[in-house]
Amino acid sequence: MAELRLPHRSPGARKAMDVFIRFFSVTSATIGIFFLCWILWVVLKRGHSVLSLSFFTSAPPSPGEGTGGIYYALVGTLKMTGLACLMGVPLGLLTGVHLAEFGRHSWFAAAVRFCVNLLMGIPSILVGLFAYTVIVLSVPKHYSGYAGAFALAIIMLPTVARTTEDMLLLVPDTLRESTLALGIPRWRMITGILFRAARKGLLTGVLLSISRVSGETAPLLFTALNNNYYPKNLGRPTANLTVTIYNYAMSPYENWQRVAWGASLVIMAFLLGITVLLRTLLRERSHR
Amino acid sequence: MSFLTRSSTHRLADRLFRWLTIACAASTLLLAGAILWNLIANSWPSISRFGFGFITSTQWNPVKSEYGAASSIYGTLVSTAVALLLALPVSLAIALFLTSYAPPWLARIVGTCVELLAAIPSIIYGMWGLFVFAPYMQKTLQPWLARLPGPLFSGAPLGVGMLTAGIILALMILPFLTAVMRDVFAMTPPVLMESAAGMGSTSWEVTRHISIPHGMRGLVGATFLGLGRAIGETMAVTFVIGNSHRIAGSLFAPGNTIASTLANEFNEADSPLLESALIELGLILFAITLIIQVLAQLWLRSLQKHQAR
Repeated sequence: MAELRLPHRSPGARKAMDVFIRFFSVTSATIGIFFLCWILWVVLKRGHSVLSLSFFTSAPPSPGEGTGGIYYALVGTLKMTGLACLMGVPLGLLTGVHLAEFGRHSWFAAAVRFCVNLLMGIPSILVGLFAYTVIVLSVPKHYSGYAGAFALAIIMLPTVARTTEDMLLLVPDTLRESTLALGIPRWRMITGILFRAARKGLLTGVLLSISRVSGETAPLLFTALNNNYYPKNLGRPTANLTVTIYNYAMSPYENWQRVAWGASLVIMAFLLGITVLLRTLLRERSHR
Repeated sequence: MSFLTRSSTHRLADRLFRWLTIACAASTLLLAGAILWNLIANSWPSISRFGFGFITSTQWNPVKSEYGAASSIYGTLVSTAVALLLALPVSLAIALFLTSYAPPWLARIVGTCVELLAAIPSIIYGMWGLFVFAPYMQKTLQPWLARLPGPLFSGAPLGVGMLTAGIILALMILPFLTAVMRDVFAMTPPVLMESAAGMGSTSWEVTRHISIPHGMRGLVGATFLGLGRAIGETMAVTFVIGNSHRIAGSLFAPGNTIASTLANEFNEADSPLLESALIELGLILFAITLIIQVLAQLWLRSLQKHQAR
């Protein structure tokens, strides 16, 4: 920006350009809102008719006729997401702790940081492919809910790690120093004081990672597949919401397609809710 | 004495905790390495059979067991390019609207709406795209575009195809691009903008000659981000791209991307060679993502150095 050379144009042309850009920017904002409303409207319109309490508590319908619900898929998704949380959250949390508390400047931490960013950017379908090669292909070849949960955990891990690091770094160093000066050991300082000080931020990270995986379909395609039975154990192909939506939407049966739209509405409502919650959590942070 | 024993237990606990965090952190290295290794190992039959020709061959023939990645790579690049071409100007304009034109209350509403676009899962984009948007494209937008000269918009309006996929991808990356650009514009020093405005610049000229050059590095970073998002997007694209292993010059034509080919064919792959070829496609996608990531992180590092100075 050493020198600023403005082109010589007539005032009228400059004014016209300004008005045009203003117009374009208003149009663009309208386009964004328009598409959001369009999608929300379509899902609401096509999904609301099947929604009722029994939609959540009944088995999937048989192809072509009858009504049914998403009970099995809902349970399967909850089980797999829960298991993924059990694996991904502690790992991600402790990775974040290492990055923020022990390895701010070490080469090891730099390498870990690079890998965390890499894992965050990997397309989710590749994570599914990886889980397939590691777990499904183990002899004898079998698809399972465990493989699905493993894939989801890999997607959660980097999100939790990154947010944990960022949130711990927001805690002022004076708090660390005064705690250590009281003779409190470092691990107590981290788990007792820092986690407490940053608990909202850490919660944000966990919620963020859950919201990231609960709409994911691609990592489950080659791992959990889908199933028409109650997911009693995760050792077999496991029913889940997103793959159910995919299969039902692509099916020629009209009653299956209705269930797909209903399930889409459920997932979308959940995700919009969690996003709004996250926004308020983050806003509170920045206001303090 | 008791003080001494206590402090040594503490020291042991501290060391254990530290090693625990190191072990967890190392797991990310292990994962990244394992993903690369597994993709290479499992695509080895295909790599050794087809060699480098895999990347340039347009064949995809399960009957003759001939596989090539060219159409998938082409589709991935073209759909991503369409998405970026559409999303970059629109997100720039929305960011401008949010930072300089809209009153704060309106900016908050519009900002939230655009952000909510990111909360819609990709499978819903896909369903909406296939059942609602594609028919609209076929009846309205494509016949209108077909009147334009040139090979890009030629051929039968099918509704599904490269252009539809690109538009939906653009919608999906819009919130991410907008968020970064808004931050970049908000970081422009007010003094610079005020001086330019004081010299008689119009508000677009302030943006064009002050905010954009000042935030150029951030804007490029945003582009990388959008690129990384769009290139591996699976479900939405699988629904609307048409899934054909052909390279066509027209954007109306159906095509496929690496991710959509995987989603469509992997579970039905009945021969070990086909499965291996599909995993090699995944390996190529991984390599592309890796390159984007490395470039983006190098760029970010130079950005931080630049700001530190």
